[in-house]
Amino acid sequence: MQIIKIENLKSQVEGQDILKGIDLTINSGEIHVIMGPNGAGKSTLANVLMGHPAHEVTDGSVSFLGKDLLDMKVDERAKSGLFLSFQYPQEVPGVTVENFIRTAKKEVSGIMPMMTHFNKEIKGRLSELSMDEKYLDRYLNVGFSGGEKKKNEILQMAVLNPKLAILDETDSGLDIDAIRVVYETVQKLSSENNAILVITHYNKILNYIKPDFVHVLVDGKIVKSGDLSLAEEIERSGYEVFKAEKTSEAVRA
Amino acid sequence: MANKTYIADVDRGIYDVVNPENHRFVADKGLTEDIIRDISKEKNEPEWMLEYRLKSLEIYKSKPIPTWGADLSDLDVENIVHYVRPNTDMKTSWDDVPSEIKETFERLGIPEAERKSLAGVGAQYDSEVVYHSMQEELIAQGVVYTDMDTAVKEYEDIVKKYFMTIITNRDHKFSALHGAVWSGGSFVYVPEGVHVGLPLQSYFRLNAKGAGQFEHTLIVVEKNASLHFIEGCSAPKYSVQNLHAGAVELFVKEGAKLRYSTIENWSRNMYNLNTKRSVVDKNGKIEWVSGSFGSRVSMLYPMSILRGEGATSEFTGITFAAKGQYLDTGTKVVHAAPNTSSIVNSKSISKDGGHAFYRGLLRVTPNAVNVKSTVNCESLMLDSDSKSDTLPIIEIGNDKVDIGHEAKIGRISDETIFYLMSRGIDEAEAKAMIVRGFVEPITKELPLEYAVELNNLITLELEGTIG
Repeated sequence: MQIIKIENLKSQVEGQDILKGIDLTINSGEIHVIMGPNGAGKSTLANVLMGHPAHEVTDGSVSFLGKDLLDMKVDERAKSGLFLSFQYPQEVPGVTVENFIRTAKKEVSGIMPMMTHFNKEIKGRLSELSMDEKYLDRYLNVGFSGGEKKKNEILQMAVLNPKLAILDETDSGLDIDAIRVVYETVQKLSSENNAILVITHYNKILNYIKPDFVHVLVDGKIVKSGDLSLAEEIERSGYEVFKAEKTSEAVRA
Repeated sequence: MANKTYIADVDRGIYDVVNPENHRFVADKGLTEDIIRDISKEKNEPEWMLEYRLKSLEIYKSKPIPTWGADLSDLDVENIVHYVRPNTDMKTSWDDVPSEIKETFERLGIPEAERKSLAGVGAQYDSEVVYHSMQEELIAQGVVYTDMDTAVKEYEDIVKKYFMTIITNRDHKFSALHGAVWSGGSFVYVPEGVHVGLPLQSYFRLNAKGAGQFEHTLIVVEKNASLHFIEGCSAPKYSVQNLHAGAVELFVKEGAKLRYSTIENWSRNMYNLNTKRSVVDKNGKIEWVSGSFGSRVSMLYPMSILRGEGATSEFTGITFAAKGQYLDTGTKVVHAAPNTSSIVNSKSISKDGGHAFYRGLLRVTPNAVNVKSTVNCESLMLDSDSKSDTLPIIEIGNDKVDIGHEAKIGRISDETIFYLMSRGIDEAEAKAMIVRGFVEPITKELPLEYAVELNNLITLELEGTIG
């Protein structure tokens, strides 16, 4: 089943072109990885899909589960089954992790989760992520280390059970053990009914998560798509060769 | 992103219901010696009180309007009616209170709260207290809870000893005004060693248009006794000015503890120029909980004078300034004895052009060694029209002190709203969550029904276009 279809997606921030025509289709059961050098537009793609207000879509379309994603408000996108694991999760003083996740669960599922059931589920998820139950009473991301924040993102993903989860540089700021725990959990959450889009510039995560497709994003466009072997190619030769492809493409055009 | 973040105005619904004015005695507008004599005669007061009033009037006339804080140049004291006697005497049963007044307090939830969670209630309507009642067992233990006018007559010795001693008619123009025209308010006396388990609550309602309310609250908590006192205030909205210049004097004796909670939701035509002070003896403790939501202008700085060794003070305050409001609030702490300690936690929210000003004083006298104090002020501005200022003044008379101070002023962040919305929470609720989270450390200190009310106040208008 098709989860998302992105066609010729272009965007600007403060008048500057960032995405320059993205085409990407993701079906259920698939894991995609987007790699690319800094500044290529990887995080922008994640933010545009989630609906960040600073990004203006100037062209293209995005169909999400048959609906026009770009027409939806941010919360409607989440309610439709889209999830973004933030590169920099926000701190919200006075709002506990438990209260936040329960409210979010209520909003995306449309019903207030039963307290006992919810408690059981969230505690199970915490232990999978090697997180202490004390996190539930802490204020959302306040005073969390980089690794704790990212684990908290994956905790939310696990509880909210999205159709498409976009992981924006979830590995950044994590030590190697945390990376393993996080991506093994993500791999476990992957199923025939959902899809995962991992954004990274870090090859090592491919030790823990097995993508079906790897895409290379350079200068606002996907310049090459392939399987795991593409990631190996990047590891050997870096992004320079892809930048050249992009340039020659531009020359031909 | 260009759109501003709006938070809906406080829903004033029940507060704005106006009753027809039905009074027994209304003083003329403005202030003359004759008016003072009339008020005193109407109250059938002892001579010393009349003399105090007249002396205060003289001082009042000689003092200038203060110019260091709020702009009071629009305040026309000559047009304020200083005394409005409701057409009833004080009752001890709600059934005896005239129905329209009773209904007002019912709308405000006072009789219900009395049944559920309070040990005693006083209710003032315009210038006089119309209802007072307290649990029998507290009466048996010698606790006194009555209106000030009754106390002047029945507990004259105690009143004479304490009345206008920590706030005097020489302190400032409005304390002099208060000394001249004060009326109503609550008197509480808790004898040595008595712990009043449930709170006592007084509610002050100003119904009359263009009037002033000048209640005087005097509380004495004797050695090793304890009390929680709650004060609520409101008035319906009129287009003319109303003035509130009450005075609160609190005496916390050795080893005693007093928590004084105030929720003030005056209408937006009110000048709230209130003075509150406490003196705390050895090992005593004063806790102020202060919520300021209403009024056009407020100047309110509850003061703790820690005069006994080991005395402590805690101040927890929340100020919410909306359109057309200038709320100048804070607290003053004077450490006048060794080993005293204080904590100040103040938060303010300003929206829609409102201006919240934190003004605080922390003074440590030269003899007060080993003082500990922490002052924490945080302000949240919800849009770019709103203003917030912080002016904490610290004067330290010796170097054996441990003082911590932190002040933060911030805006509601669009990134945070985006983050919450990305989890399915709509924009209005996302903003409400952020604001509720901001005030959470304060709401948990408020009496429950007020905490619920505060959370309800934080409802939101959908104005932004995020998403």
